[in-house]
Amino acid sequence: MENLGYLTVLLGFCLSVYAALAALVGKWRRNAFLELSAQRAVAAMWVMVTSATVLLLYAIFTDDFRLSYVSSRSNVDLPGFYKFAALWGGQEGSLLFWSWILATYSFIAVYLGRRAHRDMISYVVAIMMSVQAFFLMLIAFVVSPFQVLMSGSQITPMADGNGLNPLLQHPLMAIHPPMLYLGYVGFAVPFAFAMASLITRQPGDRWIHTTRVWTMVTWLFQACGILLGARWSYDVLGWGGYWAWDPVENASLLPWITATAFLHSVMMQEKKGMMKVWNVVLVSATFLLCIFGTMLTRTGMVSSVHAFAQSPIGPYFNVYLTAMTAFAVFLILSRLDYLKSENELDSVVSRESSFLFNNVILLASCFAVLWGTMFPVISEAFTNEKISVGAPFFNRVNIPIALVLLLLTGVGPLFAWRRTSVESLRRNFLWPAAISVVLGVVLFALGITHFYALMCFILCAFVGITIAVEFYRGARVIQQKQGMWLGRAMVELTHRNTRRYGGYLVHMAVVVMFIGFAGSAFNEETQAEMNVGDKLPLGRYEFELKELTEDNNPNYFSGVAVIDVYRDGQFLETLKPERRQYHASRQDTGIPAIRARLKEDVYIVFAGLATEGQRPVIGAYIKPLVNWIWIGAWMLVMGTLIALIPSKIKRIAPRTRVIATARKRHEVFAK
Amino acid sequence: MNPRLKFGLVTGVIVGVLGWLAIDGIEANATYYVTVKELHAMENPNAERRLRVGGDVKENSIVRKADSVAFTITQEDTELQVVYVGRDPLPDTFRNGAQALCTGRLRDDQVFEARQIQAKCASKYEATPGEGSAPVYSAEPVESKASR
Repeated sequence: MENLGYLTVLLGFCLSVYAALAALVGKWRRNAFLELSAQRAVAAMWVMVTSATVLLLYAIFTDDFRLSYVSSRSNVDLPGFYKFAALWGGQEGSLLFWSWILATYSFIAVYLGRRAHRDMISYVVAIMMSVQAFFLMLIAFVVSPFQVLMSGSQITPMADGNGLNPLLQHPLMAIHPPMLYLGYVGFAVPFAFAMASLITRQPGDRWIHTTRVWTMVTWLFQACGILLGARWSYDVLGWGGYWAWDPVENASLLPWITATAFLHSVMMQEKKGMMKVWNVVLVSATFLLCIFGTMLTRTGMVSSVHAFAQSPIGPYFNVYLTAMTAFAVFLILSRLDYLKSENELDSVVSRESSFLFNNVILLASCFAVLWGTMFPVISEAFTNEKISVGAPFFNRVNIPIALVLLLLTGVGPLFAWRRTSVESLRRNFLWPAAISVVLGVVLFALGITHFYALMCFILCAFVGITIAVEFYRGARVIQQKQGMWLGRAMVELTHRNTRRYGGYLVHMAVVVMFIGFAGSAFNEETQAEMNVGDKLPLGRYEFELKELTEDNNPNYFSGVAVIDVYRDGQFLETLKPERRQYHASRQDTGIPAIRARLKEDVYIVFAGLATEGQRPVIGAYIKPLVNWIWIGAWMLVMGTLIALIPSKIKRIAPRTRVIATARKRHEVFAK
Repeated sequence: MNPRLKFGLVTGVIVGVLGWLAIDGIEANATYYVTVKELHAMENPNAERRLRVGGDVKENSIVRKADSVAFTITQEDTELQVVYVGRDPLPDTFRNGAQALCTGRLRDDQVFEARQIQAKCASKYEATPGEGSAPVYSAEPVESKASR
């Protein structure tokens, strides 16, 4: 069993090395058979890694506690659903899972691209397989999930496993890591395509199109992963928050930011042939940040609440990351002539420059997050003192950035290419700006004086209105021409240009989420020791502890605080926050109870029993507008999916080329 | 003015403002990470505004009250008394024997006043077969309350 596991991983490693070499040699020697054999090796490698993954799952499901990995992550009474989660619940298994996703991606990318990108697919194979070889090398030789428990030369199985970390025993946690991995790993595909196109100096736009679609798919997975993580943190961790700027969270955010920047600036390349160097840099940076994030999560480089242990794989990652960075930098520098821009920037108030600013700001935010995350390491290197910065630092830098970005979300798409006339500015923005400023005044009068929150609400209104107007105007034209009702016309409009209107929906989703983020400025909280019958007031609410109940099942023991919620003296609902202790891991964990509404959430935790007097300690929170974040998340998924549907009307985007005379004339005007 | 120059200027302003925010933010939020030993070796630890101390939670030293939790962290033979006064509930991983990171300042009475605590079970998964730490919330209701 474990031998078969070792064997499949080893074979997978050999096949990936072979595929990489065969692809390169086949390309150089112009040997089509060798190139084809490399593509077949990718498929064979997928079979091997899949077998290894299935074997590990089989070991988990059959409670094979001779394996060190299974005994430390699972136990007999763990519900079947969570036994799947045990696959990625620890270091070794998660690496194998990572590698399986990469194998699957490689297989699909090679299969789909083998005809359309015939002249570069071998390089794609070589690059993806070199990444795969690295991970399979780690799994095969450094941190194997098929390690058996040994004492001396004897295999010593355990009677029952230590169980899965209770915090991970939650439905969201069963899908959050796979989503995040799909994101992290997926960025290897655009990277491979970008590098291959540089090596072969691809003419035309086809590879850019492929890269963009792949980036969008993985970007969506990454976004889902991050948001599911946030939701999980809110539902499970019992601190009432969804984002703590923990290094591991930051690590997942970094590549997502650079990918967001790429998805915007790639339009400049498609439409105007500009920013080519920049785009390749962004694709490379995204991939490298993914590897960096994987390293950060797994090597205990910076202290984090996520309990991934110290492990011996750090140096391997360092070497690999350095080598990959050097490769990308070298390749980009040697292809600067190929990446020459075809157009120049005409005006500061134009679509082009709004894309540029969007990129500058996203990158600044990315850099600030990276800087803050790595500050302990940086400061230790220079001053020998480990200095860390916490959430206040990240909020301080990122809130202004986010607000400017929000503004750009509203104005950017409505700026014309090349330059925007004052007339069009007035037509597009006068009313939205006026209405949102009036709204701001009203909100201020209603007592919302928190500066950032107020700014955020004003900007959200502004952006929301501009997007709604865009939809309305477009749909109105169709409605009049085709005589449909407005709703139908809007669907038709979206279908005609899915990229544009899907994108608007994503922007709208961002607006809705920002409303939710701004709500956090008005959080209220309290905590107290309570006797049965005691009442705890908070704002308009009052919480009464009715009773304490206890329960026991094979997986865990639980204590429940039964609490009646009153608002303005009116009974609303009974909430039951819980504390559990899991038998196998002997860890205890709290399960918060949440009354979720559009306006505000009531969030109650059973924090534990006080040492003196044994009275339960109850924490209560009011969390305004949190639900908007999750609604926004659904909209974001919808919008991205719509943008991925091919448009009904194929638009041949004419690449505007600046003609010499036109530019001259423009320069005269500029003076 | 040349659009490139204009664009450069605007970018410069943005980056400048953000750079200032970042540098200022680091100064306002910098937290010095020390171990219990290093804290005792510091010349004037009370002067530092923000410190983060890491150590293991001493067995049976946790005393919970409504508005604070007192405990002792140890590193080899050195000890430090900590009182947690923050608003957030303590993480579930915080218990006897766990590794705790306490952020706060050292009071004049040499008790460390923590506003934030992160905890990690030191080596819970590397436990040898059959061994485990004492339950915090055990299955027997009576005892469970006693051990809290």
